[in-house]
Amino acid sequence: MSIFTRAWQSWLALALALAALATFPLGISDIPVPYVPARMFSVYVLAIGGAITSLLPLPGLFLAAVLLVCSHFSTGLLLSRLTGNEGSGSVAFFLVLAANWLLAWRCVSLLSAIRTRSSTFDALLRLIIPAIFGAWILILWEALTRGLGIPFIILPPPSAIGARLMTSVPTLWADVQQTVFKAVVFGYVVGCASGFAVAILADRVAFFRHGLLPIANLMSALPIIGVAPIMVMWFGFDWQSKAAVVIVMTFFPMLVNTIAGLSAAGSMERDLMRSYASDYWQTLMKLRLPAAMPFIFNALKINSTLALIGAIVAEFFGTPIVGMGFRISTEIGRMNVDMVWAEIAVAALVGSVFYGLVALGERATTFWHPSNRGG
Amino acid sequence: MPLSDTSYSVVSARKLGLTFETGDGPVHALSDVDLEVRRGDFVSFIGPSGCGKTTFLRVIADLETATAGDITVNGMTPEDARKSRSYGYVFQAPALYPWRTIEKNIALPLEIMNYTAAERKERIERTLDLVNLAGFGKKYPWQLSGGMQQRASIARALAFDADLLLMDEPFGALDEIVRDHLNEQLLKLWARTQKTICFVTHSIPEAVYLSTKIVVMSPRPGRVTDVIESTLPKERPLEIRESPEFLAIAHRVREGLRAGHSYEE
Repeated sequence: MSIFTRAWQSWLALALALAALATFPLGISDIPVPYVPARMFSVYVLAIGGAITSLLPLPGLFLAAVLLVCSHFSTGLLLSRLTGNEGSGSVAFFLVLAANWLLAWRCVSLLSAIRTRSSTFDALLRLIIPAIFGAWILILWEALTRGLGIPFIILPPPSAIGARLMTSVPTLWADVQQTVFKAVVFGYVVGCASGFAVAILADRVAFFRHGLLPIANLMSALPIIGVAPIMVMWFGFDWQSKAAVVIVMTFFPMLVNTIAGLSAAGSMERDLMRSYASDYWQTLMKLRLPAAMPFIFNALKINSTLALIGAIVAEFFGTPIVGMGFRISTEIGRMNVDMVWAEIAVAALVGSVFYGLVALGERATTFWHPSNRGG
Repeated sequence: MPLSDTSYSVVSARKLGLTFETGDGPVHALSDVDLEVRRGDFVSFIGPSGCGKTTFLRVIADLETATAGDITVNGMTPEDARKSRSYGYVFQAPALYPWRTIEKNIALPLEIMNYTAAERKERIERTLDLVNLAGFGKKYPWQLSGGMQQRASIARALAFDADLLLMDEPFGALDEIVRDHLNEQLLKLWARTQKTICFVTHSIPEAVYLSTKIVVMSPRPGRVTDVIESTLPKERPLEIRESPEFLAIAHRVREGLRAGHSYEE
């Protein structure tokens, strides 16, 4: 009984693959590049074979490996004939695709159920499972855009975006250098540092606390779209004006979080410092700043994404002929949607790496916080 | 320490009063408190919640300021005494900093008071030994049990040269068995270090077992109803708590607490 309930993806995949076999051809008739029989045969054998094997009472790891190979090989063969055949996906095509997707799902659930004591194997698993997830987003995207013949302008298939990315590496690299290494890094460092410094100042001097914070609040409400053109007027077309926008954007989250963090230390811990006759700076360095670290890292993480958005959007308002925002705004005008997507992919990658670095720093600095202790 | 020194007054309060101004009108946390704590005394403050025993300890530590009367600590005002780092304070909770290891936590007051690295190391070792935590210096506080954490916080209060130890219900959150054990250790520690200890508690057996002098307090307004000089010997095994002498003192403490209570009703 349990085999029916636990392996329902396999049963369903088998049913779908068999249904596909009944309608047989993978493309509608008279497509430009037809499926050769051998290829079509392999697609079916792999999908059906994988589904049947996964129903056998074999070790989970072995089954997962079989499913991984069968479903992805079958899908690969299925997709590789799509180029030149856009919009030719038949019912059988989508049924087999769905069957393979279910098999991959079964594979992931088998992998997730594996309990291991080896830490390297565990790390490998934690890498493979999201990788399969991500791969299927791309596979479904590719199959749907090409299989249904969705217009290139609306949504290009990932393979075309990938190809564009590969051929435009020098352009993309120049854009990243202009936008990230100049505007974002400079703006982020200066914005975060000044937000932090003003927070300390406001903490130390009551005059600033009461006078400056309302102004800072107001500043945070400034719409970036409105600020960007003004910054271009002030600081020119090059990266300095974008860095200025990033500074404006990142300053406030850092200020507010640091101020909140500075009051995070408990009253007993403060009394302890008082009992040692500790002065302001000693209490700050040894108690209040360490206690504020989780808050400060929150701001650093928020700002890592804000900075990238700010720099890209600011480039819409005038730049030299390089930069990620510049590229996006000009290529969309030329209907080069694949280049826009390639730029978006690069931005996502850069943003993730940036965020990841900050998160690593956080793990190293706030290991003591209850939210980080267990792992 | 020479015997003549025992007459030296460490804490001396005269007509001490403290009133908190709150939205619902003034609250008299302390009123007319007269007390002498001599060097080497182990003084317990006992009474129901709200009797001002913790407040009194905080006034000694200059964490609160008295609004009436006089108090001197080591012959100085509490503020000067705090600034000359003349006491160590042990709170109700360990209040160890989670980002520091146990030895770094003990080093905290030493760093603030500018002890040299070699001196810090020597003192960390010695105080960890005093509270039986040798070998746990590299652990983080959250890796230790509650009793061990509280011992580490006592070690921290002992690390620098303060003759006065102020303890605010340090074992209140611990279970009976651990508390008995720590009480026994505290007595040994007191004998070895010859410090003056002011100890807040609401446990009668704890107060009687530990103290040379028991201050019974009552609430609203917080005041001293009885001061009992203990007749128990300095050497106190845990079994002393079954002796008639012990029970007699405990009885007198209980009477004092009851008297304070009926006054209120």
